[in-house]
Amino acid sequence: MKNTESYDIRKEYESNNRKKIIILIVSIVVMLICGLYFVTLGVADTSFSQVVSAIGAWFNGSIKAGIGEDMKAYKIIVLMRLPRIAIAIVAGMGLSVSGVAMQAVTRNPLVSSFTMGISSAAAFGASMCIVFASGAFLRSELGIILCAFAAAILCMAVVYAIANKVGMGAETIVLTGIALNYFFSALTSTIEFFAQEHKLAAVVQWTFGTFNGTVWKDVAFSGVIVLICSIVIMVNYLRLNAMASGDDELVKTLGLNPKRIRTLMFAMSVFMTAAVISFTGVIGFVGLVAPHIARMLVGNDHKFLIPFSAVTGSMLLMASDAIGKTILSPVSIPVGIVVSFLGVPLFVSLILKSKRGNI
Amino acid sequence: MSLIVDNVSFSYNKEREILSDISFELNNGESIFLLGPNGTGKTTLLKCINHILTPSSGKITINGENIANMTPAMVAKKIGYVPQYNNNVFSMNVIDTIMLGRISFAGRRIRTEDKDIVFDLIEKLNLQKFAFKNINEMSGGERQRVFIAIALAQEPEIIILDEPTSSLDLQNQMFTLELITDLAKNKNLGVFMSIHDLNLTSLYADKVLVLKGSKIYAFGKPNDVLTEKTVREVYGVNAVVTEEDGAAHVRLIRK
Repeated sequence: MKNTESYDIRKEYESNNRKKIIILIVSIVVMLICGLYFVTLGVADTSFSQVVSAIGAWFNGSIKAGIGEDMKAYKIIVLMRLPRIAIAIVAGMGLSVSGVAMQAVTRNPLVSSFTMGISSAAAFGASMCIVFASGAFLRSELGIILCAFAAAILCMAVVYAIANKVGMGAETIVLTGIALNYFFSALTSTIEFFAQEHKLAAVVQWTFGTFNGTVWKDVAFSGVIVLICSIVIMVNYLRLNAMASGDDELVKTLGLNPKRIRTLMFAMSVFMTAAVISFTGVIGFVGLVAPHIARMLVGNDHKFLIPFSAVTGSMLLMASDAIGKTILSPVSIPVGIVVSFLGVPLFVSLILKSKRGNI
Repeated sequence: MSLIVDNVSFSYNKEREILSDISFELNNGESIFLLGPNGTGKTTLLKCINHILTPSSGKITINGENIANMTPAMVAKKIGYVPQYNNNVFSMNVIDTIMLGRISFAGRRIRTEDKDIVFDLIEKLNLQKFAFKNINEMSGGERQRVFIAIALAQEPEIIILDEPTSSLDLQNQMFTLELITDLAKNKNLGVFMSIHDLNLTSLYADKVLVLKGSKIYAFGKPNDVLTEKTVREVYGVNAVVTEEDGAAHVRLIRK
């Protein structure tokens, strides 16, 4: 008789966890199927079977060799549309997972790469490059990407240096990040104010955030960084549970070093975010909202919260891009704009439906 | 097991010492209750013992080992801590919250033996019906039990509690103290807790340590320490102390 109730609780706990894993796997499969469907959308008509054939042709090398029917459609699918879907998945995953990690280590539900100034810094770097750069390299797309990446890293180095002076406290990081967000926004506005009209248009276009023109090289670069950083964050899920559950003193009494965890998670989040937004431009909302949508679905245990946030973020960006691409076709509305229009009502409806009325 | 606090002093700056020359010993199975007015360094002393703060001078040893030389994980395996108040923005359910107590053993992944300990504690602390409840949806007394469970999940030799009864109703105050002092006896744990209630102290403490102006004012058995003179000199309050069922009973007198 002894332990029967506790045995039942344990069985229920294990069963709940198994269910979450199954739901996660199903969600990933649904996400990939949706991704393949979204590939069919665009100005040039393509069917689902063409998408599957194109991927087959890509794998067996016939696209490279330029042989076979429907080669033009295949090239559109493999070289233009698939990278776009892939970057949506990578960006959604990177921004959401960095949002989860930052929210945990700062114990603040309002924190994301956007509120912490990383996006503003990247926009500033890109604006500097677009408006002032001279020389072929800096004026190229790669030059803009590198400037945006460098500015984002620089911003976080400043946040880290200031916060480290006073012990890497959660509040210090958040307040410094918010202050720098305003600072870099002001710098970007100043540049825009003095920029020539055609350069101003390019700066504004960059800050919209779009997947237009994504190539496989972009996906590979961001993808590798996002994957490595996400794995490091996932491996530390228990530490994130502790960091999110109590103040630094409680975390210390559990045998952990909160300052070290905060520094590592912060570095991973910044690298991921910089690796994404340098290619896509500013996408502000997903890093904040996708973690909260995932919280409402699976709770605050980071073992499940991290992968569910990644899938939620990827789905949100893929769907937003598909809507942006088709709703006013042939005009493509940047994903950074659509994601807010799609995400806000979804988020608000989830808040209203949530049992506790809070996150 | 014995915890020895040897001539410990602490100050944030040179002008004001928060703790001065504090010395005492806590043995296993023993409950020491820490008393004193606000601002006399009770919480600071708890934090020094827990290695959250480092004393300016003196040393604290567990079984002869200086905690200053121990890593946070080593301290966590010896000392469990129950905070006075914990602000939980991203709260989890009771099971996952108690699992936090196993981090110093589990490393990066909860193992089967960690789950064994956690589910065993859920039963022992009578938390079965709350197991899947989010801790933010629980009452103060229920949450207190969860935080005691986290500390016990660390399988410590000592438990430190910071005013564990301060926000609880009478029944929960007695339940918590009964639970903790029973654990001290049955599991042979050393218990060191700060508290304000003199009568509960008299009922449950094996020894009482009273701080006044950063120093130890008195240390000993409750009936020896809880006197009218102590109440008057430490708290500036007049009281009548009588003995009821063998325990000192403090009745305050209005000015």
